Amino acid sequence: MKFPIYLDYSATTPVDPRVAENMCHYLTTDGIFGNPASSSHAFGWAAEDAVKQARQDVADLINADSREIVWTSGATESDNLAIKGVAHFYHKKGKHILTVKTEHKAVLDSCRQLEREGYEVTYLDVQPNGLIDLDVFRAALREDTILASVMHVNNETGVIQDIASIGEICRENKVIFHVDAAQSAGKIPIDLQALKVDLMSFSAHKIYGPKGVGALYVRRKPRIRLEAQMHGGGHERGMRSGTLATHQLVGMGDAFRIAREEMGKDNERLMELRDRLWQGLKDMEEVYLNGDLEQRISGNLNISFNYVEGESLMMALKNMAVSSGSACTSASLEPSYVLRALGRDDELAHSSIRFTIGRFTTAEEIDYVIEMTREQVRRLRDLSPLWDMYKDGIDIKSIEWAAH
Amino acid sequence: MAYGEKVIDHYEHPRNVGVMDTKSSDVGTGMVGAPACGDVMRLQIQVSDDGIIEDAKFKTYGCGSAIASSSLLTEWVKGKTLDEAQEIKNTEIAEELALPPVKVHCSVLAEDAIRAAISDYQSKQEA
Repeated sequence: MKFPIYLDYSATTPVDPRVAENMCHYLTTDGIFGNPASSSHAFGWAAEDAVKQARQDVADLINADSREIVWTSGATESDNLAIKGVAHFYHKKGKHILTVKTEHKAVLDSCRQLEREGYEVTYLDVQPNGLIDLDVFRAALREDTILASVMHVNNETGVIQDIASIGEICRENKVIFHVDAAQSAGKIPIDLQALKVDLMSFSAHKIYGPKGVGALYVRRKPRIRLEAQMHGGGHERGMRSGTLATHQLVGMGDAFRIAREEMGKDNERLMELRDRLWQGLKDMEEVYLNGDLEQRISGNLNISFNYVEGESLMMALKNMAVSSGSACTSASLEPSYVLRALGRDDELAHSSIRFTIGRFTTAEEIDYVIEMTREQVRRLRDLSPLWDMYKDGIDIKSIEWAAH
Repeated sequence: MAYGEKVIDHYEHPRNVGVMDTKSSDVGTGMVGAPACGDVMRLQIQVSDDGIIEDAKFKTYGCGSAIASSSLLTEWVKGKTLDEAQEIKNTEIAEELALPPVKVHCSVLAEDAIRAAISDYQSKQEA
């Protein structure tokens, strides 16, 4: 086994060796290094062909038309372009936007910016399992709502939103629907011929492609218009200027193609490993799963170990790379806003650990993780005054703590 | 975040972990922090008749720096008079452990804990 064990696949993934190898052919004089926009010579034509293939590979994974793919630098840029681009283009139709409290910061902060520009934004609550109540969603739509933005899969909990039903509601109400699919593409099937989704954000590095590249799907029928956020040479049909990074796009295309070919097999294996991990931990005392177990991608397990603080547990699990919703891991000193939106008490949010597994995780690693986690949780509980109180039957909520 | 060597040492080998009898007249207990904020420290001291801290114990729920701050504090207060222990400043703890700015509040909590323990002991003597 190689240490430390990587269990943070939702943060990023290693580039698949097949992808990395191919990317190298698009950089040097021996390779296809031309500018895809150079239409006057063979260097440009070869690069343009490579970009065309990559665009097709991305479109194929999500059953879209390749002309609906706009290259970006990643999902954050795609979210910014979708949300601000739609708001600015359609501002005469209305100034209300609907989104959800558990969205990624790229969506929430884009919405905050629009609020500063005079737009109104509603941030919906989720149910304790992390899912949106469709009736609540429908009721929050207004006459002047122009855009709804809902993530497909949550980055912290792995919970899958019902974007098919939400899309139907949006279409009925003539509201443009944007979905952040950074955590779902390549992990669960996406069919944009069937889904009533108008805009969808993608990232390459969450599915074994390179960092620094992503895409925005922009529907052609019915046609969705955007105001560009990046101005220049008019690339990407004017929606996003800037010289295309051929090697990055080829990497993303390969990663998306491999995901399409191997998703089924990968998922079966990940589901087994995830269940193995959960089975190995769930019989411990005071352990809570965060987010719905069924409506969840196969690679995610987010668990709160009550009475143990998350950062200290991460420190104890030094042979593995995990993440935590504990405040101590963030600059803000606030615990995870996603877990709080699920209605989790602050102390449970502070005690959370996110295990995310992927293509290169092994059963041997999972067994080690189970053993190590159990041992270290036991050790830290022996150090915890809250665990003593719990064991003595004292209700921690009955005590008046001085917040600091 | 990368941790300093001393924080890791105290975190991996915490000194003086344990519990004293809260009701005993020669024991002072200080419990500070809040679960919702992510850290709770319980510091206990056992004081001799001539006002010397003979023993100290702690348990802490919190990050590595919080555990290290309380562990270090138990080492420091042993053998000190109550007045001397009262003088310990959070900045000394932060400096000894080389805590980064975002972790200074852990040392503040440790200072609060020893003061709370001394105050608890003193109130028992007055009773």
